[in-house]
Amino acid sequence: MNRVKRARLAEAVARLVTGACAAVTIAAVLGIVGYVFVRGVGSMSFEFITDMPRKGMTEGGVWPAIMGTFALVVGTALLACPIGVGAGVYLAEFAPKGAPTRIVRIAIGSMAGVPSIVYGLFGLALFVIAMKLGVSLAAGALTLACLTLPVVITATKEALQRIPQDLRHASLALGETRLRTVTRVVLPAAAPGIVTGSILGLARAAGETAPIIFTAVIFAGPVPQSALDPVMALPYHLYIMATQAVKPAPSVVWGTAFLLVFSITTVNIAAAAWRSAQRRKVAW
Amino acid sequence: MPLSSLPVSTRSDRAAGFRRAVEPVVRGLITACGWLSILVVAGIAVFLFHNAVRAISGVGLAAMLTGTSWFPTSDPAQWGFVPAEVGSLWVTGTALLICVPVGVGAAVYISEFAGRRTKELAKTIVEFLAAVPSVVLGLIGMALVVPRVREWFQVDTGLTALSAGVMVGVMCLPTIISISEDALFAVPRELRQGSLALGNTRWQTTYKVVVPSASSGIFAAVMLGLGRAIGETMVVLMLAGNSGIIATSPLESVRTLTGTMAGEMGEVVRGGMHFSVLFAMGLVLFALTFAVNLAADVLLERQRKRWLR
Repeated sequence: MNRVKRARLAEAVARLVTGACAAVTIAAVLGIVGYVFVRGVGSMSFEFITDMPRKGMTEGGVWPAIMGTFALVVGTALLACPIGVGAGVYLAEFAPKGAPTRIVRIAIGSMAGVPSIVYGLFGLALFVIAMKLGVSLAAGALTLACLTLPVVITATKEALQRIPQDLRHASLALGETRLRTVTRVVLPAAAPGIVTGSILGLARAAGETAPIIFTAVIFAGPVPQSALDPVMALPYHLYIMATQAVKPAPSVVWGTAFLLVFSITTVNIAAAAWRSAQRRKVAW
Repeated sequence: MPLSSLPVSTRSDRAAGFRRAVEPVVRGLITACGWLSILVVAGIAVFLFHNAVRAISGVGLAAMLTGTSWFPTSDPAQWGFVPAEVGSLWVTGTALLICVPVGVGAAVYISEFAGRRTKELAKTIVEFLAAVPSVVLGLIGMALVVPRVREWFQVDTGLTALSAGVMVGVMCLPTIISISEDALFAVPRELRQGSLALGNTRWQTTYKVVVPSASSGIFAAVMLGLGRAIGETMVVLMLAGNSGIIATSPLESVRTLTGTMAGEMGEVVRGGMHFSVLFAMGLVLFALTFAVNLAADVLLERQRKRWLR
């Protein structure tokens, strides 16, 4: 009887301890988001969003930084999505089993693990200096695309692998080629997973600072007019304002943080909701 | 009337011929996309090395890795990485001390104890943490962690390895939790049922059967968390204090490899020695994270193969 009691006690303690770990993690996430919302929501106004920064960033709005981040994300999406989906399709549908494919997989794994600052140095060396793009929107988008690529590839590969073989077999049995089977049958079925995964990857790119410090951003400047202009970006703007010696008004700092977290949260929730709605529609 | 005489048929024949011609091209493009990742990884190594050549031949890799002082602007300049290496070690150590137990514990709870709905919700929230920008975590650290550290430990500045380590630990949680959870989830149901049928409780099943079966996956999760912690830049740049000393405790201000690169690259002359030394530092960091990731990949592959039948 004693052993049973001890086992029951251990069970209860284990539940409590592991549950506390999970609770702490979730509380940390909600706390972080909640804290930024509480501190930053007060500075939201039409002017804050649409105005240019004034008085050395200590007052005014963040319009050029919003546009800069938006342009960077669009550029990243244009580069990373087609290539990433292509690579995901290759890995899930066409890649032969064997050593070469394993090398591709390892390369993608390492790309995901390369620190963002190393991407920054790589972008500086290749895009800014060697390709002579200078510190520009194009160089920044190229750098961020390298960083986002593994996310899109993995999302595509996993979404495709979830599609049952029966669908492929049915299409092939009707005389379609393997490529047409992929483009007409498998890809549309996997679209929710691919789109959601890519959006989450892009949301993360939007918040990255280290890769764009030396490749794309300037301290202050106008809304970019061409791909070769340097840009302002929200994460970098936040970093500068949080750390510079002349302290700007806290409302500007937390307002910027709020904008960043709010847009990323919205995109994440929308993507997750859309995916679960799509999944409920089709059950394999 | 034979089918082939229908105009519709000839049109689709032509379309089919076109498709047949295009197909190899498209498949070639898809294959190229797949292989591009190798090119990128190789490109990173080549371009970092290319820019680091001057430092490697001028100062020497071993001299940089073992040099104990970092004075890039004094004359003669000193290019020792040790202060930054020690700083990275303190920050990463603190971060892992926090996120490994909490992360693995949370993964065990989510995988073994939580109900289906709690599980989905918890996973979604944890995944969302990975999307919170590191600058925002740095800002939160400046507002909440730094003053506490200064107050509780009675130090002159709250910008310490500990403060940075705490926030980096939070950053690594999603990596550790989702990969450990995947590994636990992949353990076949039959193993759990067998253990429960023998009279083990849930927890006994978990620590005697499930966790050992998923051990290499959990270890891979820790490795990937370690990789993220070493490479984290913005949190460290904002919270660690960036002093040049060789820290002897986590309550001192430190600089890290990442923080040094991010903080100084903006101020150096392109192509100069300082520039090149920073690229050498990037190369070291790249090699380090590459090795860590490779090890994690091997472990995950082993874990995957384990339950393949």
